[in-house]
Order: sequence, then C-alpha cells, then structure tokens
Amino acid sequence: MSAVAFRGIAKRYGVAEALFPLDLEIASGEFISFLGPSGSGKSTLLNICAGYIEPTAGALFVAGRDVTAAPPRRRNIGMVFQNYALFQHLDVFENVAYGLRVRRTARAELAQRVKDALQAVRLDGFGGRSIRSLSGGQQQRVALARAMAIEPDILLMDEPLGALDKQLRKEVQIEIRRMHVARPRTTLYVTHDQEEALVMSDRIAVLRGGRLVQLGTARELYSRPVDSFVARFLGESNLIVGRVAELGDGRAMLSAQGLAAPIEGYAAQGLRMAEAACALIRPEHVRLVAGGQPARIVERLFLGEIAALRLVLPSGAELWSRLFSSDAPAGDEIEIGWDRERVSILPETS
Amino acid sequence: MNAAGRQRAMRVAVAALLLTPAMAIIALGFVAPLIRLAILSFSSPAGPLAAYRELATVDVYRVVLRNTLVLALVVSVASLAIGFALSLALMRLEAGWRAIVFACVVLPLWISVLVRTFSWMLILERNGPLNRFLAALGIVDQPLPLLFAFPGVAIGMVHVLLPYAILPIYAALSRIDPALLRASGGLGASRVTTFRRVLLPLSARGLATAATFTFLLSLGFFVTPALLGGPSDTTISMLIDSFVNERLDWPLAAAASMTLLAMALAVIGLAGRFVPVSALSEVG
Repeated sequence: MSAVAFRGIAKRYGVAEALFPLDLEIASGEFISFLGPSGSGKSTLLNICAGYIEPTAGALFVAGRDVTAAPPRRRNIGMVFQNYALFQHLDVFENVAYGLRVRRTARAELAQRVKDALQAVRLDGFGGRSIRSLSGGQQQRVALARAMAIEPDILLMDEPLGALDKQLRKEVQIEIRRMHVARPRTTLYVTHDQEEALVMSDRIAVLRGGRLVQLGTARELYSRPVDSFVARFLGESNLIVGRVAELGDGRAMLSAQGLAAPIEGYAAQGLRMAEAACALIRPEHVRLVAGGQPARIVERLFLGEIAALRLVLPSGAELWSRLFSSDAPAGDEIEIGWDRERVSILPETS
Repeated sequence: MNAAGRQRAMRVAVAALLLTPAMAIIALGFVAPLIRLAILSFSSPAGPLAAYRELATVDVYRVVLRNTLVLALVVSVASLAIGFALSLALMRLEAGWRAIVFACVVLPLWISVLVRTFSWMLILERNGPLNRFLAALGIVDQPLPLLFAFPGVAIGMVHVLLPYAILPIYAALSRIDPALLRASGGLGASRVTTFRRVLLPLSARGLATAATFTFLLSLGFFVTPALLGGPSDTTISMLIDSFVNERLDWPLAAAASMTLLAMALAVIGLAGRFVPVSALSEVG
C-alpha cells in the first residue's frame, strides 16, 4: 500500500486549469520532489495534499484512507511553509509543542517529544529562545521540528529553503537528506531549484503547465529526460536543434545545419521522422576527438583541474564542455566528439 | 565647532522651527486653558476643595459618575465584540467587497455626530421602524422603550464609536500572516483553538488600543447621551453642561472636568501597563 496516492487529482480555477488530472503513487518512506517553474502546479499539488486547496476532481489517499474531503487538521500532516509561518508570540519550545498541545499530549511525553524534535534539527537548548532572536536557518529548523513533532504520516515542504542564502541552503539540504536517511518519512518536497531536488530526492516529479512531465530518479531524469524541457531543467545541458533524419530500434539520427555528421543517440518517445527535435549532449560528455566536429573556443572558465569551455560550432550553435585544463589546446580551433550512448534525441518543447 | 557639530546644530534649529507653530497652538489653546481650569476648580467661594467635596458627597452626582462608567464599559465592550466580528468578516472578503464594506465602516466618520444621532432618534422612536420591525417579527407585543433610555444611548454610541474599534483591530488582524492560521489548522487545531491560541494573542495589541479608544471617547461623550438618553442616563459631560449653562457654577464645572480628566488619565495609565502608549496611535 502506498503512503500517498493521487487518483485523477485535478484543480481548475474558473476556466484556468491549474492541474490536469494526475495519478501518482508515493511509497512509504519515500522522499519525492515536485520540481517545476512557477505556475507548473507543484504548489497546488502540495496544498491539495495538505488540505488547504480542494481538488476539482479526483481522490487523495493517505495511508489507504480517502482524505479528499478531510480538513487539514484531520490529516495528520506536517507542513513546512515557505516563510516558516512560526508563531511569533510563542517561544521555540511552544512553537514545536503546538501540535502536541492541540492533541492534549501528556506533559512528560510532550516535553520529551519537543526535546527529541529540537535535537533532531540540532537546536537543543534553544527552547526558551524567542523566534525573533533566531537566524533564518534556525527558524527554518524550528519549522521543521514543529512539523515533525506531531509524528505526521507525511511531511510536506513548500520551498522551505527559498529564503536562505546559497551557502546555508547547501548545508540545510544535506542536513535534511541526512535526517531523512536516518529516519525515513514519506516526504513531499516542492522546489523550483533542480539542484535541491537532485541532492535530496529518491524520486523527482517534473511538472510543467499543470501536467506531470516526467517521474523518476535523479539519474533517470538526468540521463534520459523525456523532452528538452526536462533536459534544460535538470543539470547543464547542450541542446542542438535539428530534424530527425533516421528513426528506429530506439535510436535516432538528428541532422542539423553546420554539423560535420548527423548526431546519433537514444530516441526518446514522441519523435517523428523529419520533424524538429534536439540532441542533448551533457558538457561532461564532450571529448576531444581528432578528425571530429570542428569547434572554436570562445570562452574559457578556470575551475581548477577542469576548465569549462564555451564552444561555437560552424553553424553558430553553442556548446559547453568540461575538459582537463591541460587537454585544451592553445589554439582557438579544436575538434570534438561525444559518446553516442550518452546522447539523447528529444522532442523539442519550447 | 567642527562641521559635523555645526550640521547637527543646524538640524536641531530646523526641527525647533518646524515644531514652534504646533507647540504654540498647544500651549495657548490647550495647556494654558487646562491650567486655568485646574485653578478655577479650586477657587470656589466656599473654600478651595468645596467643589470636589460637593461632587463626592451629593448622591445625584455619584450616580451620574457611576452611570458614565457603566455606559462607557457597556459601549466599549459591545464595540469591541462587534468590531472584532466585523474585522474578521472583512479579512475573509474578496478585495473588491472589502473596499466597499471598509468604506461603509469609515464613511460615517465624515458625517456629523449630531446628524447621526438625530437619525437614531427617528429609528428608535416608539413607533419607529425598529419597534415596528420587532413587532412584525412577533418578538415584542409592546413597543420597547428604546429612545430616551439606556438602550438607545448605548446603541447610538456604539454606532458612533464602532470605527474607532474596527480600525485598530482590523489593522492588527491584517498584519497576521494567513499562513499562521493554515499552519495552526495543519497542526491539528480546530477553528476555535486557532482563534484562541493564534488569532487572539496576535491581535491583543489592536484590541487593547480599540478598548482604550472606545472607553476614553465614551467617557466624555455628550451629544448622543444628551439627545437619546432619558433623565436617568445623565453623564458627566451633561452634568458639566448643566453646571455651566444652568447653575452658572464655574468652579463646580471645572472640578467635574478635572474628575473626567483624571478618569481618562487613569484609563490610559492602565492601558499603558498592557500596551505601550505609542501603540495607541496604531490606527489604519
């Protein structure tokens, strides 16, 4: 039995579809990220799960129970809000204890559970502090402790790191991942930051325009994206636009102006002969190949042992690559190639 | 004197210059008359404290004092309750409707209290629309004595003072992040618990401001109780009026005024224990 099951869940505002009918099963203890740009429906999905938004159609099951019509307070869900939504009139202890007090938890147990929750987020001894006296990162952790203290069936997080600076964000990402590994809870995590999703998730659901575009592990999404949108959204990508020249047996050839030879690669679903498509070549898969595709180095970023090179093909198409600093020849003109097993030919979605 | 010092001296001089007109008006129009009034209250022909003694010992005056306090209490509690309910309703309205209802709340402030009070006289009459309405519903068989009685005074004053309750309460409520209410619900709290544990504590300052406003204003109210009240609804301000216009006893009127002022200061002092006085200006 899955921990969470969306069955044909959809949301419409007037005539605007915020979310098209969607089916999704989330396993118990799984950390799943909803990744997408703003307006993709990821927050709508999370809020439907929490009970703050009522779906127009479909049913939602949590731990096998139909909770579609249940108000938030009857769902036993821990939510971490984007701006934390901490109670400024209560101290750290009372914020974390809030859900337990509402449940009339016995005093000794309440104290123990608040202590455990604060310990889990490494804030032991902060109980008496006021919310205002905490840094953004600490407030974020209090919000997390408050959500976890009630032992929720599922944990929901709505872009919880959005307000933190980049350095702190990385730390908290790793912290959240560490806590999840130590004590797996079913977690639904909304973000527009692909790196966050890649670091923390067991699986990632990529949304766009209210539709689920692709669902899979970070590796699957990175190496076999279903279209150019997903390819662009996850990791660095070089996309060379052209037309499908050959198609069959799960492989495809893409021809484009100014290429020495057509690009061969894995064929994604939805390709059609002679129609527009693009080839995905990740920067780390670009190699120096004598007698290969000619290219010109126009920019060079020093990254230590590795250099990032911006290359321009004769057609004018741009390509980023990662090469050993010593590899890159002194001259501006080089010849490159790529591993055809790692190239994907994808339908073009602008 | 160095450049920075000169600059600061200049700023102080400019600030002093800007403050002068306002200070002059306050000194001449408020402080000086107040001192004059205080002196007057101690200059009764029968001795310096005679006026105060009379106020404290004559039964009628003591009843009036009590009436005033009871009326102020009833009016401010009612204004607070209605104001809180209305503010909550305002928060839930869509932006367009909220603007309309908000205008209805604030608009009466632009109409003279006298006009509004006269309108209430028409509504509260023995055979006025309110009594006819209640009779039509079968709630009463006899018309209620609303006009020239306590209920009329209370209704009229609540109407006049409601904006002073709504504005600070609404301001406090609108500062509360709606995510807090969602968070409370998500953590398992019922609507009542959320109201008690989140909404009420976070709007406490607004409520205290509203309570102080309405109580202070109703302590010194004149027009409405004078027009809508009966003989037993006399308030201090009406008493002062009769001292001046009928008994021509200026020291007694001054003493009553000072008593009213002392009561107002006591309320502000009491409120200041819960809210900083500066918060009383948090309106709108």
